Amino acid sequence: MMNEPTETPQSNAHEFTVSELSQSVKRAVEDEFGHVRVRGEVGRLSRPASGHIYFDLKDDKAVISTVAWKGVASRWRFQPEQGLEVIVTGRMTTFPGQSKYQIIVENVEPAGAGALMALLEERRKKLAAEGLFDAEHKQDLPYLPRVIGVVTSPSGAVIRDILHRLADRFPTHVIVWPVRVQGEACAPEVAAAVEGFNMLPPEGNIPRPDLIIVARGGGSVEDLWGFNEEAVVRAISESSIPIISAIGHETDTSLADFAADKRAPTPTGAAEMAVPVRSELIAYVDDLGTRQRTSARRIVARARDGLRASAAGLPRPAEILAEARQRLDIAQTRLAAALGRARQKKALQLAQLAPRLNRRVLLQTISSHRARIEALPLQAAILRTLGAKRQQLEQSWQLANSLGYRNVLARGFALVSDAQGKLVRSASVLGAGDRVSLKFADGDKEATISGSAAAPPLKPKKPKKSSAPPDNGQADLF
Amino acid sequence: MSEKTETEISSLSFEAALSELEKIVAKLESGEAPLQESIAIYERGEALKAHCESQLKAAETRIEKITLSKAGEPTGTAPLDE
Repeated sequence: MMNEPTETPQSNAHEFTVSELSQSVKRAVEDEFGHVRVRGEVGRLSRPASGHIYFDLKDDKAVISTVAWKGVASRWRFQPEQGLEVIVTGRMTTFPGQSKYQIIVENVEPAGAGALMALLEERRKKLAAEGLFDAEHKQDLPYLPRVIGVVTSPSGAVIRDILHRLADRFPTHVIVWPVRVQGEACAPEVAAAVEGFNMLPPEGNIPRPDLIIVARGGGSVEDLWGFNEEAVVRAISESSIPIISAIGHETDTSLADFAADKRAPTPTGAAEMAVPVRSELIAYVDDLGTRQRTSARRIVARARDGLRASAAGLPRPAEILAEARQRLDIAQTRLAAALGRARQKKALQLAQLAPRLNRRVLLQTISSHRARIEALPLQAAILRTLGAKRQQLEQSWQLANSLGYRNVLARGFALVSDAQGKLVRSASVLGAGDRVSLKFADGDKEATISGSAAAPPLKPKKPKKSSAPPDNGQADLF
Repeated sequence: MSEKTETEISSLSFEAALSELEKIVAKLESGEAPLQESIAIYERGEALKAHCESQLKAAETRIEKITLSKAGEPTGTAPLDE
């Protein structure tokens, strides 16, 4: 080719076709840069549906395009992200169709843990600002979950550790949602598993867990990177089922751990958090049963004792009566004796008195009284009294005579009596022709009332009224 | 009334039943409750204890794995072959 003659002697340089040159450059580049290791920041990055990854690698002055084929990228533990400082391993090639050169990436690793941690910190701050890690979003774990969902690889030590510890503590229904725990597929699968458990209907044919464990064994930061992906963090944060995370070792912290309701240091630790120890619970419930039985029995016993004590304080009915009965007994005993004694005493008194009572004593008394009566100066006293009384009588008689009606008559008055001898006190009772008697001091005279007899029938009544003997009239005159 | 109480207890979670049982035991042990109430809460305590025990007895290990359709939807469960 070099030796071909040219028609333009001004230039003897070889003339390429575009393709020839492109191919020549491609060969040269591939020969020279068959294996490169480049450090740079990930620039623009795209993941088209093909599954290949395209991203720019740049520093402050230059940019190199890179491409990672699907089959290669899916095996990566670490996925490149824009802004991240990475070390890319691969080979240079050109893309003749666009006059471009690029790196076919074999592997990407973060350029030192510091860079990755910086990215992690930045993302953590962003998600924290959204409230995804807030303490008030944390849910309490169920005390005794009926069904536990485990999101992890179905093979490997992690699920074995979890199942083993669960079996030791509390046999439980476990449903494993198998996921890949590293590589590009990790994050979407874990997020889908957490969401999938949450979307199970409560009464569906697949039991809905009331607790989820998201677990992965230890590994490098890159290994665990899927658990720092936003999709995983958001799925965990939004889960209505409480979640325990156990990602890597205790010293590793993923953003999934921040979002989970509880963080366990290891998968085994997650199982311990998930369930209590059954045997301990059985013993505890048993103990509670014993304690409540004992204390209930004690309460009843105490009440019974109290009742007994109170009852003991009550005197017995027999005792209440006993004293009275005793008193009665004593009184009865004494009554009989006292009666006997009293009779004896009276008998004695009678015996003492009886001899003193006899006729001679009585007669003696009578004769002594008679003697005393006879000794009294009775006759003289009676005569004296009689004399005095007589004198009094005479004096009274004189006085009576001086005041008597006869003396009045002697002064010239006369007493008028009717035919029946009744004293006449009023002229109106006398009619003409009535016979009257007039009594003077020295004697009586008969007289007849003169004049005509007028209304004599009324008259007889009057005399009847004054039917008293003439002597009675004496008092009336005064 | 006791029938209602029993159905109410059977719907209690283990934790709620246990917590109530603990309260009853504490109350009985304090000896503060009057005799009649003590007997009533003791009966409830026994029912709660039986409920807790039945839940503890019912525990059994069952390990399953979700089976997924091609679209990634869960279709059912299968035994987990470790």
